Amino acid sequence: MALEYLGLADITGPLVAIDGVKNVSFEEMVDIKMDGGVRSGRVVALDGERAVVQVFAGTNGLSLSKTHSRFLGKPMEMALAPEIVGRIFNGAGQPIDGLGDVYAERFSDINGSAINPVSRSYPRNYIRTGISSIDTLITLIRGQKLPIFSGSGMSHNKLAAQIVRQAKISDEEGASFGIVFCAMGVTKDVADYFRRSFEESGALSRVTMFLNLSSDPIIERILTPRCALTAAEYLAFEQNMHILVVMTDMTSYAEALREFSSSKGEIPGRKGYPGYLYSDLASLYERAGVIKGRGGSVTQIPILTMPNDDITHPIPDLTGYITEGQIVLDRYLDQQAVYPPISVLPSLSRLMKDGIGEGYTRKDHSDVSNQLFASYAKVSDARGLASVIGEEELSPTDKRYLDFGNHFEHEFLGQGQSVERTIEESLDLGWRLLSILPREELERVDTKVLDEHYGKH
Amino acid sequence: MSNNVIHSINGPVVTVQNTSDFSMMEMVYVGNAGLIGEVISVNEKKTTIQVYENTTGLYIGEPVNGSGAPLSATLGPGIMQNIFDGIERPLGEIAEKHGAFIATGVKADPLNKTKLWDVTILAKVGDEVKGGTIIATCPETSIVTHKSMIPPTLSGVVTWAAENGKYNVTQPILKVKDDDGKEHEVCLAQKWPIRIPRPVADHKVINRPLITGQRVIDTLFPIAKGGAAAIPGGFGTGKTMTQHQLAKWCDADIIIYVGCGERGNEMTDVLEEFQKLQDPKHNCPMMERTSLIANTSNMPVAAREASIYTGVTLAEYYRDMGYDVAMMADSSSRWAEALREISGRLEEMPAEEGFPAYLPSRLAAFYERAGSVETQNGLDGSVTLIGAVSPQGSDFSEPVTQNTKRFVRCFLALDKSLAYARHYPAINWTISYSEYYEDLDPYYIENVGEDFCKLRGRMLSLLSEENKLMEIVKLIGSDVLPDSQKITLEAARVIRVGFLQQNAFHQNDTFVPLEKQLWMMKAIMHLYDKALYLIGAGVPMSAISEKGMFDKLVKAKYEIPNDKPEMFGDYMKDIDDIAAALLAAQKNSSSAAAAILSAAEPEQENTEEGAE
Repeated sequence: MALEYLGLADITGPLVAIDGVKNVSFEEMVDIKMDGGVRSGRVVALDGERAVVQVFAGTNGLSLSKTHSRFLGKPMEMALAPEIVGRIFNGAGQPIDGLGDVYAERFSDINGSAINPVSRSYPRNYIRTGISSIDTLITLIRGQKLPIFSGSGMSHNKLAAQIVRQAKISDEEGASFGIVFCAMGVTKDVADYFRRSFEESGALSRVTMFLNLSSDPIIERILTPRCALTAAEYLAFEQNMHILVVMTDMTSYAEALREFSSSKGEIPGRKGYPGYLYSDLASLYERAGVIKGRGGSVTQIPILTMPNDDITHPIPDLTGYITEGQIVLDRYLDQQAVYPPISVLPSLSRLMKDGIGEGYTRKDHSDVSNQLFASYAKVSDARGLASVIGEEELSPTDKRYLDFGNHFEHEFLGQGQSVERTIEESLDLGWRLLSILPREELERVDTKVLDEHYGKH
Repeated sequence: MSNNVIHSINGPVVTVQNTSDFSMMEMVYVGNAGLIGEVISVNEKKTTIQVYENTTGLYIGEPVNGSGAPLSATLGPGIMQNIFDGIERPLGEIAEKHGAFIATGVKADPLNKTKLWDVTILAKVGDEVKGGTIIATCPETSIVTHKSMIPPTLSGVVTWAAENGKYNVTQPILKVKDDDGKEHEVCLAQKWPIRIPRPVADHKVINRPLITGQRVIDTLFPIAKGGAAAIPGGFGTGKTMTQHQLAKWCDADIIIYVGCGERGNEMTDVLEEFQKLQDPKHNCPMMERTSLIANTSNMPVAAREASIYTGVTLAEYYRDMGYDVAMMADSSSRWAEALREISGRLEEMPAEEGFPAYLPSRLAAFYERAGSVETQNGLDGSVTLIGAVSPQGSDFSEPVTQNTKRFVRCFLALDKSLAYARHYPAINWTISYSEYYEDLDPYYIENVGEDFCKLRGRMLSLLSEENKLMEIVKLIGSDVLPDSQKITLEAARVIRVGFLQQNAFHQNDTFVPLEKQLWMMKAIMHLYDKALYLIGAGVPMSAISEKGMFDKLVKAKYEIPNDKPEMFGDYMKDIDDIAAALLAAQKNSSSAAAAILSAAEPEQENTEEGAE
């Protein structure tokens, strides 16, 4: 039905209201035409004959009288085909690489729908990143969502690029491995950095990019991760590929959501973010996983910069409640030139317990990681004490903790950008460091395992 | 046919104008797809409905039909071993019909209508029956006997009873004539509105602990059968892990596990693991006594709000059969956020942090559904509620944690710094509490050991003393403390590492019977007493710790199997022997020292300077 409505009733921020509409459905797409061209929008509220529409490209230049709107009768969909691999799209899922439209095999609603928990298969296969701290202590599992909590100016982008470059799946083929890169509100430089590093590692032909740069409209930013994840789900569950989704920067996404929410006049929750921020973030993060009977998987690495390095800020806080762990970067380590500057104590991978050990990595893996965590936790106590009474006055055990702490940070964590370590190398290094400590301090490990490994590497 | 149509749509909230057909809290079908919704406010001008499914694609002008009844749970055999969404639709069946992704407008009966149950009819024609009377039984799983009851509000005389045999959940098995002469058919399945507590004959005194096999809970902060407990903790502190451990090992007959707005993979984990894990009491998969309600964080928010009530209604139904039921809700904060989200859509005036003003009363109403009761049919049953709380920013002063604290009597606070050091369960012993000590102490004294409560008290005071000493140690180091205080620190370390820390992945340690817990406490305190005595007799700290008894006790939890707790007796004997040897050596050396005046014994000087 090609009914066109002339004029608008109201324009507020990115929202316009159209009066007298009939036969319109919730979240239906709208084309808004004016002199300069066509803009897309989506119905966000319906009240009787008034429809409130969010305009993706913003409302600048729209006027109440000269606009024509046409309702398209369907929710926002994305064109999907195996050929989207290697293409570049804008935030609203339209190709911007000059290679023309995607010849669609099918269209999918970008909101997706929830995976039935019964149909999920519990993620168990680990992804080898070649980074000691991640492989040993915060193991990444295929089908997991593991965010990087960072701060402005730290090396999260380098780390994400290194993970993408080195990521290997333990048991099989790299052929069906793909990357979906989703940039939300990042600068052109950052987007370029990722493109270059994909190119250098030869991965570019396997990368599908969705770019919403910081100068692009914020409403489009709300759609960007949805488009990217729709593409990822399609490639994973219908084309049987193992997809790694890198999303940066979730903070810009949440801020776009806040801007949109306040323009709708919604009641704000904490720090002005809408009360549904949790549900909204969950609708993105929960799209990771493995489905029974389908070949592929979606693994997510969202990156977020914590405002003011504050982990209790609503964005990292709510993210942490949804994702299966987190990798936290630390400014102090970053300043000490430790790369990657992973702060291991607050970092965690919830799924690693079932994806490590015999048959996956190595039998002693969980012993090593538990003991490294526990011992490193004591290092800060010893350091605190040393700063008060001086290093000289410390007990011999505490001195060995200081020694262990320094080696741990500079050898185990600080492996550098070009070094790739196998899981055996990482675990052996872990034992070598633990052997700095007196044997009776290793209380997390069974006597038998200690006999086998303590001082032997 | 009604002519009520949708007037407005805003997320999960839709309104209908100018109608008086709907009643408050009535369940309605919205739109052509028949999405399930619930009436949440009614006035002359408009009726507001929250929809339990995604409203994308819904049109203004689509019909809204009432069901004439409030949102209800279907209760009957087939609940155990099943997994439902927040409004009791079976997820397994939905997956079979609609594939891996959840579609909207799905019609699915909560209980399988084709499955036949092997029913034994207990009621006879002429029997007087009232609400709760058990009329039939059938084996629901290998360990749960399902007892079908007269619906709580019905009473009268049986006019017809079916023969024993195989019936599905909708075939009538009994006819009952009520006092007004009206005949009612009773079948295996019945309905009950989820927001109304099922009636009971009487509330009873709480006097039995829920035995969980988790030392820090059973010993320090016990939960009572019929009690309510909250587990607050920031992300990564192990709330879900603790809930899983409780669901696996607690001694309730029935487990209802509600995943309310949490991760999909976690529900899959529970589902897979519970089918594999063996229930130690009955030797069958744990799933046979478990029902799961999964409303993951990306499933519709209104159904998340309902899932808690659905769960507790199922729990009450099994309680009425005379079972001890434990319900885990993970997490109640997500439920509160669902309330906030819907409240925001209704443009209600917010109270604290955007939460609606009725948050405390809703929380109170939920936790009050816990209890140890005498059921309508005279049996003893209980519902224990254990709610996880996810405080924003790990800040326990936020509204959900604070209000929950007022209505639960057991508060197991999870601590970030413990979790960072991988001390699990990360229950902080200084801010957690249980108000059930007095109710439960007689049980412990009678069934576990007379000195159980005394030992617990001593352990707690030792821990708080450690807390105080650590303040000093942080400033000046432990070397300057006198030996008696060093022993306190060492003993507290054994309690922390050897007793409070528990390894969920170690077969001897994931579940520990009360008897072994008592033995562990005994051994630890015995060592502490002996060590204090030795210090008093002049034996230096270094000589005591050199013997390695502290470290041996720390590892005893792994080395001593659960069925041989008396092996701790050997440990205690070792301690006695070592103490006697040390004492004898001390006497010798002190007489020797008297002889050679200034020279200290060489052994001591070589090893540790701290003992001077």
